[in-house]
Amino acid sequence: MADVSLSAISKSFGATQAVRGMDLSIADGEFVVLLGPTGAGKTTTLRLIAGLEKPDSGRIAINGEDVTTLDPASRDVAFVFQQYSLYPHLSVYDNLAFPLKSPARRLTPNEIDARVREVAKLVRIDHKLQNRSTKLSGGEMQRVAIGRALVRQPSIYLMDEPLSSLDAKLRADLRLELKRIQNDIGATMLYVTHDQIEAMTMADRIGILAEGRLVQVGTPREIYETPVDIHVANRLGQPRINILPPGLLPCPSIPAGTAQIGARTEHLAISVPANGETANARIDWIEHLGDHNYLHLVCGDRKLVSLVEPSLGLNSGMAVRVELADPLFFAADGARIATNATGSTGRNA
Amino acid sequence: MSANTAHSVVEPSATTKRVATVLVVLYAVITMIPLAWIFSTSFKSPPDSISYPPKILFEPTLEGYCNLFTSRSRQTQEYLDSLPPPQGVCEEIARERQMVVVSPSKFWPRFLNSLVIAFGSTFLAVFLGVLSAYGFSRFKVPLADDLLFFILSTRMMPPIAVAIPIYLMYRELGLTDTALGMILLYTAVNVSLAVWLLKGFIDEIPREYEEAALIDGYTRMQAFFKVVLPQATTGIAATAIFCLIFAWNEYAFAVLLTSGSAQTAPPFIPTIIGEGGLDWPAVGAGTTIFLVPILVFTVLLRRHLLRGITFGAVRK
Repeated sequence: MADVSLSAISKSFGATQAVRGMDLSIADGEFVVLLGPTGAGKTTTLRLIAGLEKPDSGRIAINGEDVTTLDPASRDVAFVFQQYSLYPHLSVYDNLAFPLKSPARRLTPNEIDARVREVAKLVRIDHKLQNRSTKLSGGEMQRVAIGRALVRQPSIYLMDEPLSSLDAKLRADLRLELKRIQNDIGATMLYVTHDQIEAMTMADRIGILAEGRLVQVGTPREIYETPVDIHVANRLGQPRINILPPGLLPCPSIPAGTAQIGARTEHLAISVPANGETANARIDWIEHLGDHNYLHLVCGDRKLVSLVEPSLGLNSGMAVRVELADPLFFAADGARIATNATGSTGRNA
Repeated sequence: MSANTAHSVVEPSATTKRVATVLVVLYAVITMIPLAWIFSTSFKSPPDSISYPPKILFEPTLEGYCNLFTSRSRQTQEYLDSLPPPQGVCEEIARERQMVVVSPSKFWPRFLNSLVIAFGSTFLAVFLGVLSAYGFSRFKVPLADDLLFFILSTRMMPPIAVAIPIYLMYRELGLTDTALGMILLYTAVNVSLAVWLLKGFIDEIPREYEEAALIDGYTRMQAFFKVVLPQATTGIAATAIFCLIFAWNEYAFAVLLTSGSAQTAPPFIPTIIGEGGLDWPAVGAGTTIFLVPILVFTVLLRRHLLRGITFGAVRK
């Protein structure tokens, strides 16, 4: 395992600037997740680290050694692709053994065999070693793909949305498994996804990407609670953060320069109006998710979504009172305005 | 799809299938008649082969094959009587016709020439084709489209248009009537087909496989042999068959450029007719043997061929 650092990396394809001046360092044994929409430059970043693309400018170092101009084979990284991850003409066993059989590594057949069986157990595919790789289910294929990365002990594991083609249940299972494996072997991992749940649950640190730029890096908690701007705030939280104009809902104190207010579920205090209070919103409808309800509110000409306990006894059509409690404030350019309440000290917290 | 899904929109009905089967069988039978006729002629005696009305049932003989493989000379009865008893089937048949076997004919060396030239040029065309197709498919080649069009354009001209320049060129280079010359010529003709066919197949192989291999510690060349080639077998097989059929059957250049030691079977077989009268059984025997290699090759690769022809039509 090793640390990896990118400094001022840029890469463009024709007129499209895929990555712009990216700085990122990943510590030894750290699990970093890059989160961003399609086209934000996540995959390009991985491919640059792997050596499948050469940066236009900037420097990539693995374990302190400059690898910017090295070819993929000399970088000692492992890559899990989103799809097409297994060699279709090889069995599961041969797929797992393939990286070990490389002429660059000199291992005896016994060493290879032992390593393959060990990893097959780790990713729980040891009962299907002789199967053809095309005869596996989606989850099994992806486990083999992850296994193929694990048979080596590379300096860093690069994973490009490895779970995105799987169904929800499998994704949840493999998410846990992947985190378990990463913990067990203390691997350095850079993981790319557009799924915020994967990012929140697995990452030591999350990097938010937008249009090729790394907008914010921090622990999941930091990113969630103190996003640098409205874009980052939008990436995290289910249901999505409500963006409201100031003055729509009562709020104790609004800092100067606030152009928009971001309110997540925990920032909305919803109550049935008591004596002397006036209702300022109406319940449009309620989505029942079982353990939780999505509450769709109409407030003036705005729509709000919040999560509520089913036990509150709210019905659609009811008039309710909504107040803001320590929401996020954003300036006109989208940057968040720090307040004492959110415990942050500046824009780049 | 199982047989009881009778009302499926895509699955043809039982009647349609039956009609289709009958039509296909009928077509196959009609196509097979000339081949069957050649095959039966090869086992006829010369009088049977030209009898009218044609004989469907006849007494099979190996005379055609003997005539194909041997040169014979007519002798007087006295001389024949003075010889020891005949050795082997062909000698026996020759004696009945008042002849003795003088030497083996040139058919076998000509057939070997065909094998060497056709398989040699097929191997070269596919080998060069797969390398350049990979290059065009994976790398940024300057003027790639123009180059590909140029490669294709070499196929647009009828071969006879370049026959004389090639003949003159080959005479200067000393390549006329050499196996090397024929291999180079057929390779040059086939390589355009090979590049175009194989580029289509290689384009369909996702790059991720090679990239995975590169990251796994293989060089580009090793990745090509270990990952790309095994997945391109279907395309390679289909291309090889097309190239082989062309090189095996080619007649015009073979007549023009070979006459002696490098002559292939196609120009040789018609010369049988001139030698000892209209020896149709020998022609039939030559043609039958000529058909065997391509038949074996196609049968061996038929699974790939079928997949190759329907390639791209069905996507997963």
